[in-house]
Amino acid sequence: MMRQKKSTVILLVLLLVLSSGCASTAGKAFESEESQVKLRSIQTRAFDTIDKKKMMQNVISTMQDLDFVIDKADLTLGSVTGTKYIGYTSIVMTVTVRPRGEKQLLVRANAQYGTSAVVDPLTYQDFFTALEKSIFLTAQQVD
Amino acid sequence: MLSLAIAGCVSVPAGFLKPGEGYLDKRQLQIRQYDTTDEKQIITAVAGVLQDLNFNLEDSESELGFVSASKKADAVSKGQVAGAVLLDVLGAIGGSYSNNTARCDKSQVVKASVITKPGLDGRSIVVRVTFQRIVWNMNNQVSRVESINDAKIYQKFYDGLSKAIFLEAQQI
Repeated sequence: MMRQKKSTVILLVLLLVLSSGCASTAGKAFESEESQVKLRSIQTRAFDTIDKKKMMQNVISTMQDLDFVIDKADLTLGSVTGTKYIGYTSIVMTVTVRPRGEKQLLVRANAQYGTSAVVDPLTYQDFFTALEKSIFLTAQQVD
Repeated sequence: MLSLAIAGCVSVPAGFLKPGEGYLDKRQLQIRQYDTTDEKQIITAVAGVLQDLNFNLEDSESELGFVSASKKADAVSKGQVAGAVLLDVLGAIGGSYSNNTARCDKSQVVKASVITKPGLDGRSIVVRVTFQRIVWNMNNQVSRVESINDAKIYQKFYDGLSKAIFLEAQQI
């Protein structure tokens, strides 16, 4: 009787450990280090143009300048996804372009470095600086 | 906890979204301009030349002038294998075991993505292609991932594209 109780307890503990193990790793994929609002402000910029197609072409050419190979692009969704390799690590970045009001476009970038989400504001600032330059270069007829 | 926090910081280096040195040179390598306003003709020729080079098309958005494709290929280099075998044999003679041959390149996947857009003069179409590759060794481990910056490869692509534009204009 005692032994049976003991084995039931062990089984229960084992189940608990196993199930909690599953829950915590799945949950890991939805963890976020930053607040939703802060993350958006880090990853998003507004531009004074409404030419979505041209903005997307600039996004693509900036990503190509940064050594990304474009994997997917969709004009309707305004999304561009690309991959870049540093050493053995792959960096995947998705950029979305969508209208904001009637005079502006919102550009949002989010990058993943290996299995880590990139939340560093300066890294995104580097991207937007390069994007600004790309628009400038286009206007200056370089390519 | 502290070591975890440190590891977390180290894992994402700063500045990887800054343009590297020489990105303007790379543009020269990757971009060509064609004197036509028929973007559809160019993007069709791009898909054609990728097929000529045995690539499989993966994704496309013709309104943006975008096509991506990939191809599996052999990556065995006779020189590399010969060198590795020699090292292994020398090691064996010297009484030590080594398996350099297993670390030789075996296969690769090359990814290509192509963008076309109207040129700024309004009378041309600009084409830009970029290539990347993932290489596996004899042990089926990823041995290298890299952007391809070999001028000859880009030249070959554009030679093929010029021909494809001609062939498709002649409906061949």
